[in-house]
Amino acid sequence: MPERNNTPLLDIRDLKVEFPSRRGVLVAAQGVNLSLQPGEILGVVGESGAGKSTIAYAIMGLIEPPGRMAQGEILLKGERIDGLPREKMRRIRGRRIGMIFQDPLTSLDPLQTVEAQLVETMRTHLPISEAEARARAVDLLDQVGIPNPAERVKNYPHQFSGGMRQRVVIALAISCEPEVLLADEPTTALDVSIQAQILELLKKLVREKGMGMIIITHDMGVIAEVTDRVAVMYRSRLVEEGPSDKILTRPDHPYSQSLIAAVPPPDRRIERFPLVEYIEKAGDESRKLDLATHWLGQARDFGQTDGPLLRIEDLTMRFMTKPSILPSRRRYMTAVDHVSLDIRDGEVFGLVGESGSGKSTVARLISGIYTPFAGRIHFAGEELTAFKSRREANRLRRQMQMIFQDPYSSLNPRMKVRDIVAEPIRFHKLASSGAEVRRIVDDLLDHVGLGASAALRYPHEFSGGQRQRISIARALATRPRFLICDEPTSALDVSIQAQILNLLKDLQEELGLTMLFISHDLPVIRQMCGRVGVMQHGKLLETAETEELFNNPQTDYTRHLLALMPRMKRAA
Amino acid sequence: MSDAARPSPARETEPKTAIGRFFDSDLWWSFSHSPLVIIAAIVTVVMIFSAVFAPLVAPCNPFDLAQLDLMDSLKPPAWLEGGDPRYIFGTDDQGRDIFSTILYGARISLLVGFLSVILAMLIGVTVGLIAGYTGGLTDTILMRIADVQLTFPAILIALLVDGVMRGLLPPEMHEEVAIYVLVLAIALSSWVQYARTVRSSALVERTKEYVQAAQVIGLPAPLILFRHILPNVMGPVLVIATIQLALAIIIEATLSFLGVGVPPTSPSLGTLIRIGNDYLFSGEWWITVFPGLALIILVLAVNLLGDWLRDALNPKLR
Amino acid sequence: MLFFIARRLAQSVLVMLTVAMIAFALFQYVGDPINNMVDQDTSLADRERLRQELGLNDPVPVQFWRFVKNAAHGDFGVSYRLRKPVSELIAERFPATMELSLISALLALGVGIPMGVYTALHRERLPSKLFMTLSLIGVSLPTFLIGIFLILFFGVQLRWLPTFGRGDVVHIGWWSTGLLTKTGLQSLIMPAITLAIFQMTLIVRLVRAEMLEVMRTDYIKFARARGLKTRAIHFGHALKNTLVPVITIIGLQVGSIIAFAIITESVFQWPGMGLLFVQAISEVDIPVMAAYLMLIALIFVVINLIVDILYFVIDPRLRVQS
Repeated sequence: MPERNNTPLLDIRDLKVEFPSRRGVLVAAQGVNLSLQPGEILGVVGESGAGKSTIAYAIMGLIEPPGRMAQGEILLKGERIDGLPREKMRRIRGRRIGMIFQDPLTSLDPLQTVEAQLVETMRTHLPISEAEARARAVDLLDQVGIPNPAERVKNYPHQFSGGMRQRVVIALAISCEPEVLLADEPTTALDVSIQAQILELLKKLVREKGMGMIIITHDMGVIAEVTDRVAVMYRSRLVEEGPSDKILTRPDHPYSQSLIAAVPPPDRRIERFPLVEYIEKAGDESRKLDLATHWLGQARDFGQTDGPLLRIEDLTMRFMTKPSILPSRRRYMTAVDHVSLDIRDGEVFGLVGESGSGKSTVARLISGIYTPFAGRIHFAGEELTAFKSRREANRLRRQMQMIFQDPYSSLNPRMKVRDIVAEPIRFHKLASSGAEVRRIVDDLLDHVGLGASAALRYPHEFSGGQRQRISIARALATRPRFLICDEPTSALDVSIQAQILNLLKDLQEELGLTMLFISHDLPVIRQMCGRVGVMQHGKLLETAETEELFNNPQTDYTRHLLALMPRMKRAA
Repeated sequence: MSDAARPSPARETEPKTAIGRFFDSDLWWSFSHSPLVIIAAIVTVVMIFSAVFAPLVAPCNPFDLAQLDLMDSLKPPAWLEGGDPRYIFGTDDQGRDIFSTILYGARISLLVGFLSVILAMLIGVTVGLIAGYTGGLTDTILMRIADVQLTFPAILIALLVDGVMRGLLPPEMHEEVAIYVLVLAIALSSWVQYARTVRSSALVERTKEYVQAAQVIGLPAPLILFRHILPNVMGPVLVIATIQLALAIIIEATLSFLGVGVPPTSPSLGTLIRIGNDYLFSGEWWITVFPGLALIILVLAVNLLGDWLRDALNPKLR
Repeated sequence: MLFFIARRLAQSVLVMLTVAMIAFALFQYVGDPINNMVDQDTSLADRERLRQELGLNDPVPVQFWRFVKNAAHGDFGVSYRLRKPVSELIAERFPATMELSLISALLALGVGIPMGVYTALHRERLPSKLFMTLSLIGVSLPTFLIGIFLILFFGVQLRWLPTFGRGDVVHIGWWSTGLLTKTGLQSLIMPAITLAIFQMTLIVRLVRAEMLEVMRTDYIKFARARGLKTRAIHFGHALKNTLVPVITIIGLQVGSIIAFAIITESVFQWPGMGLLFVQAISEVDIPVMAAYLMLIALIFVVINLIVDILYFVIDPRLRVQS
């Protein structure tokens, strides 16, 4: 155990990291002062690009050239470790400071057994024999909670699931009993339930071994769950630092305040998210529009629909996971298993579940990207799955549009924003002239808070949140009555998420849209949806009014999900 | 959610024009900062121009019998003893000026190169797009064919196609259509490269959400293929095309050298080297060496461009 | 494992049948075999009789089956040009081509892989830049020109090495080898280098690209973060992972060396199968073309099979089910 005196375990003083490029020097981190005590968990929180990972790489001496540490000192128990000769620094990495990466699927050498990788790491740093190292490898797997460690140690990485692999990664990082553990988004790539287990494990290990840990994350839930102290980063600078309780409940800096305000509360429904003026220009509040005169309001008399707007019955979808010429050797994975549900005209229906639950597949089946293996989809009283010709299905499909998860791949990078938004208008001949198309596009862009000057640019010139606005404008361009939102904000920072969710709420109310809102994030679902369905392994487990579901869940799985929901300690 | 530098929010400047964007692009930046690539570009452009305008640039027309004088045959380069200042690189056995034959030969070499690259690109891109986007059985069959063909080196396929065409066509037509046979042979031997690359890119693009968005709008498959997927897979195609141009020129030269390419009546660089090869042992090295050097310089310049283009369009490889 | 190999074998048979179909089509539709076997003044009746005897009037599937059966026995008929059984011609020239190709392949791999690894690991060092420049020149040099320049320099100017043929050969059974005599070895030097250079440059670039790709992966970063020694990271983790994709392509390269030998053999008048094939092409000697094609296909199929088995040994993801 490290001796306790006033010298912190790790001390970072006035750190500055630069990445020179041809467009000038990018400062990834500057003026960063941090210290870590033994047995302490320090959280570094910030949104993407804030420079939080850079700190971890600087500590490890692993900043990729041409990036460099331009200023500052890093001290491990009072000794400077920045600028050490390569060989000396190598002896510190893994031995005194361990590090965990984000994606467990790619962190392990696929060609070597777990044992070989553990033994190699230990024997690099510790004076122990091969046999001792093997024995310790089994012991380590046991410590990180891998069942059957004596057998599993002989396995290759691909034989472990994602969560188990992250446990192996942790075992590797702590194999030489380091004094400091750096965890860079250790749970971001994992499902909620596994996320909770991994955080629990890290907490346990830090307490048992008296290590100091720095956990880097964008997720306020993670911060609330494990950290003792938090440092908030914004645009390469540390804006605030203090005990977690204090920062989460009474942040001083306006950025921390708005960041925390933007987190959807899991325990109640709010009308709108407070706007985070401090961050990006939040965009003009969308103006109220007059549907009677506006283009979006034209041809909206879809006729009266008896019963639900969308009804799906026994919807089933399977994918071939192992193709073969012989039908008997083919293997299938059932992604959606006899799902039936109704969505009423004008409501927002939420679909929640972990990755692989089949919720996105349902969206793609409804929108016609996939053809169902079995089952029926009725839209506005007509059976979509019965149409033989594409043309006929298109007549109805025009009335339904979709917003996708990834703002970076959902816009064609080779098309100007104007052409992206105009494409559905032109294809469905919703305007009479080129000039009219242009006018409509400009108006739509304006309406989603981008301004018409966006029309002449290409997607890469926009940030994630702005791109998501373009996606929304494109979806509106067919004058739909039904909008499918597939995890529309899960790739966005929390402050941007708040803006986009507000925009979707406004549009839904103004245009009387019906929505299918898909998310893995229960707090978001609570803010957005009137009714919710819970999916697991392709099956729809239960549907209920949102508040009913949160207060009185009917199935064990829903209760399990609700229990895992990160609860931030908040000021009342 | 890594901290990797994501594109910054749109700068509040006026949108740039196409030309402005080009000169601001990383492509232009990397071009203007690599002297070797600039030289290669200049060499390529100069060689293409002097080949295209050979009748204007060349000192004489080596295939105009009236201009030939057997007295001038086998003269060494101008700077050697016995050289003639009119013939800077010397003359061949029939008194033709080597420099002029090189210009005319490069014309044929480049013509065959460009035509075969265009043809191969058309075949390969179409097959690749269809295979990648349709998937399933179509994909399996097309790619199996490609695999089998890839088993055989381009030069072998080209030889084979050439041999078959010789068998199919009456002998008196051989010389007339030799160039087109050659183009076909080279194109058929190299389309697989495009098809495989386009297919794998199309497979990636197909799963991207912008393609799904186009499907949700209701666009039919051909429109999605050509308006959305094609422009996004053209980057690698451009790189392959450049590298394949160099390769096509080499294959053409090789076939002509082996005696199954273009006939001696309208010789390409390869044919010239073949002709000169017979004089190698009797000391008239210049008949081979100068066309050979011209060939190497041309191919090297094109390869340099292709290499640079690949790195520039694929920045993570740098 | 067994199923895996059985499937590969079935695929190989399919490939061979496809190639056989092409070869058979050559016989069927390119030129008339009868014309190539008889004189100008053979009567129509005699021609028809010969046609009947050779079974050329049988239905096409029957003929194809016969072709495949004969081909499996190594029987491709008689060369139109040389009037000798094709199998005999090929057998005579097979050792020459194989010796040349194998030596070249060893040269290309032995030099190419280390150079590729070096240039990937030490990108900024001077030798790397030199190697990369050389390799670019290498891909830009047509094989036949390398041969010609070598002949001009070492054969004609310096007179150090023989410029054509195989030199003296020793017969061991039906195999003839030039590896046991001085002139045989001398004759091998220039052709082997000529043949190796192009493949070598390809291998350098391929190994370099794959290895750079591997060096960027998370598991290499994680290995660094664990403080493993640079040597262990480079050769224990990175190189092994590089070899997985590289092996397939190297297999293909070794195969194409045999086919590329065509050019080298023409330049050096090397008495191998390639030279035979080129002569066959210009004379439309179909039996020789067909036999050569089938033989090359067979060699490729065998190499691919070996590569697949190697894959199995190296990559646990194929070997061990998750």
